Amino acid sequence: MLQTQPQSTAAPPAPAVRLRNGRLAFGDRLLFDGLSLELPAGAITCLLGPSGVGKTSLLRLLAGLAESAQGEVTADDGLPISGRVAFMAQQDLLLPWSTVLGNVLLGPRLRGTLGEADTKDRAATLVAQVGLAGHERDHPAQLSAGMRQRVALARTLMEDRPVVLMDEPFSALDAITRYELQALAARLLAGRTVFLVTHDPMEALRLGHRVHVLAGRPAQLDAALEPEGLVPRELTEPHLLALQGELLRRLSEAHQAA
Amino acid sequence: MTYLRPIVIFLCLIGAWQALVWLTGVEHFILPGPGRVAVALVERWPSLLRHAGITIVEILLGLAIGVVLGCASAIVISALRPARRWLLPVLVVSQAIPVFALAPILVLWLGYGLASKVAMATLIIYFPVTAAFFDGLRRTDPGWLDLARTMGGSRPAVLLHLQIPAALPALTSGLRVATAVAPIGAIVGEWVGSSGGLGYLMLHANARLQVDVMFAALFVLALFSVTLYFTVDWALRRAIPWQADDAKDHRAG
Repeated sequence: MLQTQPQSTAAPPAPAVRLRNGRLAFGDRLLFDGLSLELPAGAITCLLGPSGVGKTSLLRLLAGLAESAQGEVTADDGLPISGRVAFMAQQDLLLPWSTVLGNVLLGPRLRGTLGEADTKDRAATLVAQVGLAGHERDHPAQLSAGMRQRVALARTLMEDRPVVLMDEPFSALDAITRYELQALAARLLAGRTVFLVTHDPMEALRLGHRVHVLAGRPAQLDAALEPEGLVPRELTEPHLLALQGELLRRLSEAHQAA
Repeated sequence: MTYLRPIVIFLCLIGAWQALVWLTGVEHFILPGPGRVAVALVERWPSLLRHAGITIVEILLGLAIGVVLGCASAIVISALRPARRWLLPVLVVSQAIPVFALAPILVLWLGYGLASKVAMATLIIYFPVTAAFFDGLRRTDPGWLDLARTMGGSRPAVLLHLQIPAALPALTSGLRVATAVAPIGAIVGEWVGSSGGLGYLMLHANARLQVDVMFAALFVLALFSVTLYFTVDWALRRAIPWQADDAKDHRAG
């Protein structure tokens, strides 16, 4: 059984998300075909794999941003998936002309719901939760890379979507900042259905309830590793070290195959 | 040193000018020395001021109308795909016609007064403003557009809150060009047909071999154009502080 944590916010219960018949081809180059993936409800699913194997395309397919990838994405509660997904990329994508608070409020501003009660209070609370209290009125240029990614995390949480898709969100950060942000993200995203694309096996084992490797051509998913323990985990535990060895073995095979 | 440098450059140019007059012994109705021009500047000050007022109004009105029309066109072209297909070629072809060639026609249609000069200045800055802003609107970071799509933003909201602010740095380069060329439009308009303005004054003085007055008018025009350019430049920098700007590094050096 997957271990999930109690929900930290009053978000609607997160559905499990299923992809069937995922297909991506560029011309006659087939990246994957007939691919299936299940994101268990309220858990973090991590995806590793060599560059160029189609990890980002898979994430964009789930986000409804696919240009060339096709597939059937469903939620197990029968409701449509669109409008229930929040997206966080490797670049923080902060608007340089807007303040920290303004960036967190981007979603409500684009939807015209800025005037709704407690929207701004909620944004201020999230800014404080990601550890940026006092920086509400700063502009992105005044912040470090780690702080900027914290703002991006707050903006993602502001959307309050049950499904969160993250594409290497911490890969541009230094080791210590990344370590801190992983713990923060695991805490704040608890209870949501999260799909995290990463190139860092440690990150996957620290955060993932399930860890997949996408490899081969056309690419296929292996059987998932399911590390034990509550996230964020400390990687000093012996069973995680064993899994890390297993994961590195799978990844190096994937690299040789690619 | 930063503020001293333009003054030093100015004084050197004046010195070179005076040296040229002395060395060549050229007649004053061909090239008057700086001293003669300064005298003309003082003696004709009230008349210069009156004519400068007319030209300045033409330039500022032309700038305002051109910028508004240019921005509106860029937004329409980028927001409506069918409009893009129809309007973009028209815009490009319109640039193939030299604006100067239109000046006599504009004077014929709009008369000797303010309107024909404002129209000239508007026409000459319309294209750089439209092209720069449209280019900026087209180049919104795809990551921002992805984000906006997952957030469920409507197209007008995305345009207003993402694309337009993101295009402002591009627009500023168009505005700088516009500020630099708007005086040309007004002056050419005045040359073709007018009863007032610095361009009119220059033609009038030229016909009477009052070359010192011509130079005085030119000096007033240059002074205004440079002031206008640096004012606009300064205002844009303050209004859009987030743009990538290497001018700051130059200033620090």
